[in-house]
Amino acid sequence: MVTIIRKELADYFTSIRCFILFLLVFLVGAAGLYAAWQGIRSNPGDSSFVFLRLFTSEGTAIPALISLLALIVPIIGITLGFDAINSERTGGTLSRLLAQPIYRDSVINGKFLAGMVTLAIMVASVVGIVGGYGLRMIGVPPTAEEIIRLFLYVVFTIIYGAFWMAIAVLFSVVFRRVATSLMSSVAVWLFFGFFYTLMIVPAVAKSVDLMILLRRFSPNTLFEEATTVLLLPQWRGSGLFAVGEGDISFMLPNALSLGQSILVVWPQLVSLIALSIICFAISYILFMRQEVRST
Amino acid sequence: MDKNIVVETKDLTKKYNGTTVVDQLNLHIYENEIFGILGPNGAGKTTTILMLLGLTEPTAGTATVAGHNPTREPLQVKRIVGYMPEKVGFYDSLTPRENLKFIAELNNIPYHTIDAKIDEILKAVGLSKQADQRVGTFSRGMKQRLGIADALIKEPKVVILDEPTAGLDPEGINQILDLIASLPKRGTTVALSSHQLYQVQRVCHSIAIFSRGKVVVAGSLDDLGRKALAEGHYRIEVEVAQASPGLADILAKVKGVSKVETKDNLLIVSADSDLRAELARTVVHANVPLVQMKIQEFSLDAIYMKYFQEKG
Repeated sequence: MVTIIRKELADYFTSIRCFILFLLVFLVGAAGLYAAWQGIRSNPGDSSFVFLRLFTSEGTAIPALISLLALIVPIIGITLGFDAINSERTGGTLSRLLAQPIYRDSVINGKFLAGMVTLAIMVASVVGIVGGYGLRMIGVPPTAEEIIRLFLYVVFTIIYGAFWMAIAVLFSVVFRRVATSLMSSVAVWLFFGFFYTLMIVPAVAKSVDLMILLRRFSPNTLFEEATTVLLLPQWRGSGLFAVGEGDISFMLPNALSLGQSILVVWPQLVSLIALSIICFAISYILFMRQEVRST
Repeated sequence: MDKNIVVETKDLTKKYNGTTVVDQLNLHIYENEIFGILGPNGAGKTTTILMLLGLTEPTAGTATVAGHNPTREPLQVKRIVGYMPEKVGFYDSLTPRENLKFIAELNNIPYHTIDAKIDEILKAVGLSKQADQRVGTFSRGMKQRLGIADALIKEPKVVILDEPTAGLDPEGINQILDLIASLPKRGTTVALSSHQLYQVQRVCHSIAIFSRGKVVVAGSLDDLGRKALAEGHYRIEVEVAQASPGLADILAKVKGVSKVETKDNLLIVSADSDLRAELARTVVHANVPLVQMKIQEFSLDAIYMKYFQEKG
């Protein structure tokens, strides 16, 4: 399996696709940094968690880095996974590969792991670069807590990307044509990203409670909530705390401690991991049961 | 030639959604022979090959490859069997050398021997000059050659080639056939499926003709021809300068001759052994000028057509 991972990684890093993705990711990093520069300058606020505000401040026109990343991480995941299996099939390399003395699952495991590594490198590098330049820009070093929060954020983002990659890999096992699997993955992403949370849920839900509940079926919402809690400790937005009829105005404007934040996002984390595992498990089983056909 | 059986199938059957693709197949491939698998499209050749490799599970029956069951011990089988699929494909962004290296590594070939091995095998298939060109730029025929190199890189005990000469130019075909013919000497048993009857006839020791999932006929080429075309007899064509009405009767009286047919200047004699010398003497004795005489060679074409005509 190590051989397959190494080959897949070599493929990724020499491909134009990956080059474009890196370009995109760095562009997003630059945009986020610019947004933070505008945002922090126009609203200095209190001095707590200044370093984290690099990632969460909105500019005048540009959204914050976490919103931008939430937008493109699914795209990265899909791009890394949508042709994992069916391109091998149409290229005629799959039957040749499976005729080698390797376990069948090491093919799909190797591909998935190589994708995860690529994804991790992208996310970690953009967070690292923004952090580094941000440090120069604001001159306030991060506290230990901020570093832990950022690290958790990176982990979350990788898991979120892995979920979308698992979806894409699943479609690449199910559909024989590369274009079909790409379109299907993008369709799922559009559905959850726009139609579900912005149109269907508000139309269906009668109460706020129900709306929050329904919204949480979308992996996008889970990720959004989790990252907001992690990187915006003072945040008292929708859902999470307003459960029940509690009045927000009674709440103290204190930041949540790290432990409390983790406690709050724990369900989101578990759900995201579970979703990724379910998607991957389905594609794994389908791939293992699929026969190599003569036609 | 050794007579150890390397590949054996017993009542091997495969059904896809109720359609029987391979039907109770019994095959024997002996060690160090070149075995030709023939048959029209959709006869179950590729499915049989996939079952031999353990890539597809049989519905019923068993296959044995060098003592291993491909369904239960796929890794053992894949370790000793080289396979070239019909529509062979490679990673287009890599060079042939890199493609082969990947496969060699998957087969745990000792790292320090890989490069030398790749050079050797690329030379054997005539791709040395293109070794560092991207496979994406290759023609079909070049990929086909690389496919053979790919099947041979692990130095397999058995190599299964599905249509190895498809898409090759005549010179390439000759080169590949020579390479295939040289494999038994290196201790490799070859099974090759093909539509190209002439090529099969040139290199194969034994063949099996498939039709609708069954083996219609199997055996060594000479036996088959005699069995199929002359009901076990030799057919000798005798051509004379001009038709001579009495000659047929005279020839029929020669000992061992069972039947004489006349077509103008040509007499076709069926006999139970090679009676050419005897017949020549008789013709000359009868004062008929003999132009030429030849024993009919069994072309695979004729055998093949014969079986499929009978089937209707």
